[in-house]
Amino acid sequence: MKWILSLPLVFLVNAAQAQVPVIKIDGSSTVFPITEAVSEEFQISKSGKVRVTVGISGTGGGFKKFCRGEIDVQNASRPIQEKEIENCRKAGIKFLEIPIAFDATAVVVNPKNTWAKQITVAELKKMWEPAAQGKIVNWSDVNPAWPKEKIKLYGAGSDSGTFDYFTEAIVGKSKSSRGDYTASEDDNTLVTGVSKDVNALGYIPMAYYEENKSKIKALPVVGGPKAPGKDKAIYPSRETVENGTYYPLSRPVFIYVSETSMKKPEIKEFVDFYVKNSATLVPEVKYVPLPAAAYQESLKNIKANKLGTVFGGHSEVGLKIDELMKRERSL
Amino acid sequence: MESQQDILANIKRRQFWDFVFALTGLMSLLFALITLITLIVDLSLTGVPRITLDFFTSFPSRFAGKAGILSAWVGSFCVMITTAFCAIPLGVAAGVYLEEYSKKNWVSQIIELNIINLAGIPSITYGLMALGLFVYQLKLGQSILTAGLTLGLLVLPIIIVTTREAIRAIPNAIREASYAMGASKWQTIRHHILPYSSGGIMTGVIISLSRAIGETAPLITIGALTFIAFLPTAPISDVPPFINLKWLMDPFTVMPIQMFNWLSRPQAEFHVNAAATGVILLMMTLIMNGGAIYLRSRFRKKMKW
Repeated sequence: MKWILSLPLVFLVNAAQAQVPVIKIDGSSTVFPITEAVSEEFQISKSGKVRVTVGISGTGGGFKKFCRGEIDVQNASRPIQEKEIENCRKAGIKFLEIPIAFDATAVVVNPKNTWAKQITVAELKKMWEPAAQGKIVNWSDVNPAWPKEKIKLYGAGSDSGTFDYFTEAIVGKSKSSRGDYTASEDDNTLVTGVSKDVNALGYIPMAYYEENKSKIKALPVVGGPKAPGKDKAIYPSRETVENGTYYPLSRPVFIYVSETSMKKPEIKEFVDFYVKNSATLVPEVKYVPLPAAAYQESLKNIKANKLGTVFGGHSEVGLKIDELMKRERSL
Repeated sequence: MESQQDILANIKRRQFWDFVFALTGLMSLLFALITLITLIVDLSLTGVPRITLDFFTSFPSRFAGKAGILSAWVGSFCVMITTAFCAIPLGVAAGVYLEEYSKKNWVSQIIELNIINLAGIPSITYGLMALGLFVYQLKLGQSILTAGLTLGLLVLPIIIVTTREAIRAIPNAIREASYAMGASKWQTIRHHILPYSSGGIMTGVIISLSRAIGETAPLITIGALTFIAFLPTAPISDVPPFINLKWLMDPFTVMPIQMFNWLSRPQAEFHVNAAATGVILLMMTLIMNGGAIYLRSRFRKKMKW
């Protein structure tokens, strides 16, 4: 039994041995598949000399860890918010903000739905704003040309980045939504719900629509006066997201890297690898890559160590990517 | 006075209700069984074709066909070992103390009540406690050690309760005989109580571990990771002192978390992976429970009193 006493000693001896560097990543589940793909390739290219771990605690949960300095890289499906900037500032954490891909939200209905051919932002707002609760109950309440059938709404749960962005883009205020709809954090549940109900309408990330085209159909969205396409109804697709005509339901997603971590060679290398390989890896996991120029611009920003966010603490709807790249940053 | 006919009618009525009750019971049983079997068959039909050797030896990947559960099952295995290492000595010792040493008064009654209550606490509460205590206070990080300690606490009440039951089943005559031979209390426990109750204790241990292996909520709370494409540090090293405990502090993922992640993906191929992981998890639980039943019957046969 004496060997037990020597265990702590073994522990100490081993702790002193050289460590394999670990890159800690956490945050959004939307960005997870992209970061997973990049990490997979990066670890293969480094043949095990660097370890990468990726967790999922949501954009909000991830930023909490990021601003406590617990992680190196944060996956974010929306820009950093004012309060989070404040937290990071207090902890003395400075960061780089790198847009890495587009994510779009598709408005979907049942394939047997014959009446809805397109949908306007105004109609979506009428359906989803908090005032609609209990009032907009039939399809005909939204548009008189539609049948007097009960409308069944399916949408993202309130912890999801998709929810934050959809409400911001449609209702005009983040997290402001009616509450009497079927909410789920699991998008597959929403797909199943819409596919089983003729009177259903839901919003889901584009990747889930693309994988389930036989079960559900997407409605083309009319962006209205602020949209580049004005009154044209636009389907979500790689082209329309890339050229910004699918308005307002597409947005860039980001990674945030802490400045202290950037000083470590393996993390600098990882971030460079991330930006350089996004153009090929992003479409593989069914997201829309940014234009090549945007990645070039990011590489320059990384080299110049341009810190801070271009958003000043809030999301913006329908932002053009080239505009975004040129903006001034603030911490 | 009742006539014979009345009595006969009465018996008939009672027999009828007896039959109805038996039928209701059978139906309830069948309902539960059929639901379970449907679930298992459905899961197996989707998952079993995906289970190949490669599935056990590959890391997770963005390609569903290339992805495997290597880091997940190794993680589950390491966490289980740590859990067993923490919970068994503590649980058994606590059970022995409560049964053999503690005085039966209101203090012991309160302790007893609390242990039973602990067994009923939702597992996520343990996760929250572990996040505050192990991750932040003791700074153990999101490591295998943290997970093992958390699940250890979670199953501790089960082990205590089963240990006590196993000890209680030993007739007092055994203890008295041991004392009569001049054995001390500890000698009695060491040479008689523990060996005789070990079957029951083992059963409890295995059942508690098979509960722990499927736990997800507390591990997500302490921040178990989702994507890991490397294994913990090897426990054996080529330099003295040859044993290496660094793996305890390594990050990890476990099978239920890997399964959950695959299930939430848009691609149907990932759902197949999730089903395959589910089948493997189910098999492990079944094997563990089967082992528990085997042990119990073996020890029962050996005991002759």
